[in-house]
Amino acid sequence: MRAPPNSTDLPVLLPMARPVRASEIGKVELGRAGLWAMLVVAAIGLIGEARAAPSDPGLLALLWKWAPLIFQGFLFNLLVSFLSMAIGTAAGAVLGLAQVSLLPQVRQASWFATQFFRNAPWLVLLFYCMFLLPFEIRLFDYVIPLPAWFKATIGLALPVMANMAEIVRGGVQSVPAAQLESAEALAFTRRQILWQIILPQCVTRMTPPWMNLYAILTMATPLISIVGVQESMSLTRAALNAEGRIELLVPMYLMLLVWFFLYCYPIARWTIRLERRFAVKI
Amino acid sequence: MEAIADWFKWLNDAHRINLSIFYDAFDRGKFLGGLLTTLKLSAICLVTSVAIGVVGAWLQGSRFTFARRIMQGYIQFFRNTPPLVQLYFFYFAIGNLLPRVTDAYGQAVPPVSNFAWAIVSFSFFAGAFNVEIFRAGVEAVPRATVEAAEALGYSRLKAYIHVVLPLAFRISLPALNNNLVNLIKTTTLAYAIGVPELLYVSAQIWSDVLNVREMMNVLLVAYVAIVGVLVMAMNRWERAMRMPGYSV
Repeated sequence: MRAPPNSTDLPVLLPMARPVRASEIGKVELGRAGLWAMLVVAAIGLIGEARAAPSDPGLLALLWKWAPLIFQGFLFNLLVSFLSMAIGTAAGAVLGLAQVSLLPQVRQASWFATQFFRNAPWLVLLFYCMFLLPFEIRLFDYVIPLPAWFKATIGLALPVMANMAEIVRGGVQSVPAAQLESAEALAFTRRQILWQIILPQCVTRMTPPWMNLYAILTMATPLISIVGVQESMSLTRAALNAEGRIELLVPMYLMLLVWFFLYCYPIARWTIRLERRFAVKI
Repeated sequence: MEAIADWFKWLNDAHRINLSIFYDAFDRGKFLGGLLTTLKLSAICLVTSVAIGVVGAWLQGSRFTFARRIMQGYIQFFRNTPPLVQLYFFYFAIGNLLPRVTDAYGQAVPPVSNFAWAIVSFSFFAGAFNVEIFRAGVEAVPRATVEAAEALGYSRLKAYIHVVLPLAFRISLPALNNNLVNLIKTTTLAYAIGVPELLYVSAQIWSDVLNVREMMNVLLVAYVAIVGVLVMAMNRWERAMRMPGYSV
C-alpha cells in the first residue's frame, strides 16, 4: 500500500486525505474504462441480436439508427450545461463576494440566500422556475420571449450559483489574513485588495471545485426532461416507445449512460490532477 | 387546530393565499403521506448506502486485485453518470426484464415496486460516494495501529470492524454528512417514476387546487427544513463522537 502524502511513522491519526485518490487509476485506465463500457454495450447488443427473430432488424442496427438523434439531444444537454454554468458562475461570484462584504446586512442576506439555494433539491428549484417565471417579459415595447428550455437553464443555474458562492467564499477565506492586513497597511482600497491581491491567488484554488461543480451540473441536466424540455433522456424514451421492443431497453439506456460517463469521467480525472497541483503545501 | 384551519381559510378568502394543506383534511393527509414517504425513502437509503460504503471500503483494501477492480469500476461508473438516467435504467430497463408475478387479485405485476427501485438506485448512487469517503477515512488510520491490532491476533476482518472502522468513521463523518444531505435532495428524483413522495403529492395538490405558487414555496421550505434537521442532528452526533486531541 502506498503511503499517503503526509505520512508519518508515529502512531497518530492523519488528517483525512482527499476523497478520491488518483494513484489507483493510471492514465491508461481511462481508455480501458471506455473500452470496457463499449465492450459491454456491444456484448449486450450481440446477445440481443442472437435472441431476436431473424426478420426483425438487429439491436445494433436499431441503436445505430437512433444514435444520431439521441446524440443531438446529448449535445443540447451540453449546451444547457454551458449556459447554466456561465449564468451560475457569474451570479455565484457576486453572491460569494457579498458574503465577505464589510456590511453585515449584505453578508447575512447573501449567507441566507446561499444556504437556501444550496439546501433545496435541484428538481424542486427547476419546478419553481418552470412554473413561476413568465413565458415572456415585457420591457416597454419589447417582448422578450422566455422559452421553456431557457427557464430550465435558469432553474439549473440557481443551485450552481449557491455552490459557486460557497467556492468563492472558501477561496477568499483560504488566503492568510496577514496578507489582507498588510495590504490594508499599504493603503490599498478594499476593491484593490480583492481584485489585485486576494482573487488572483484564489482562482487556481477555486478551479478544481468549480470543475467538480460543472460535472455535477452536467449530470443534473437530464432533470429538465422531467419538466418537459426535450433532450437526450426524453429522446431516448421516445425512441424506445417508437420501437416498442423490451430487449432494446437495456442497451439504449446503457448507451446514454456511457456517453455521460465518457464526458464526465475525464473531467473528474483532470480535476484530481489539478487539485494535486494546486494543493496548499504546509 | 380549528383556529389554525379557520385562519388559513380566512387567508385564502381575504388575500387569495391558498394553503389548502392547512385547512383541507384530504390535502393535509396527502401532504403528510408524501412527507412520510420522503422520510422513509431517505432513511432506508441512508442506512443501505452507508452499509455499501462500509463494505465497499473493506473490499477496496482487499488483497484480490479483481475485487478492487470491480469496486473501482462501480464507483467510477456511478459517480460519473446522471442519477436520473441510473434510476430510469433500473426501473424501466432492468425492471422490465424481470419476470412478472401474479398478485392477490390475479393480475401480473412487476416483482419490484417503484419505491423499491428508487431505494436500490439511490443507495447505489450514494453508496459509490460513501465508499470513497470511508476509504479516505480508513487511510487516515495510522499503519502502526493496524499492525498493533494484527500483533494482538486480530484477523483482517476483525481488525477492520473493531479497530479501523470506529476510528475511520469518526474521521469520515463531516464528508459523510455532506453526502447524506445530497442523498435527501436526490430522493426528489423518485417523482420521475411515480413514487408518491413529497414533490409528487405536491404536484397532485397544485393540479387539484391550482395553488402552484403557494405549494412551491411550501415545498422549498419543507425540504430546507428536512435538510436543516439532518444537518443539525449530524453535527450533534459529530460532536458526541469527537476524539479528544484530534480535529480536522
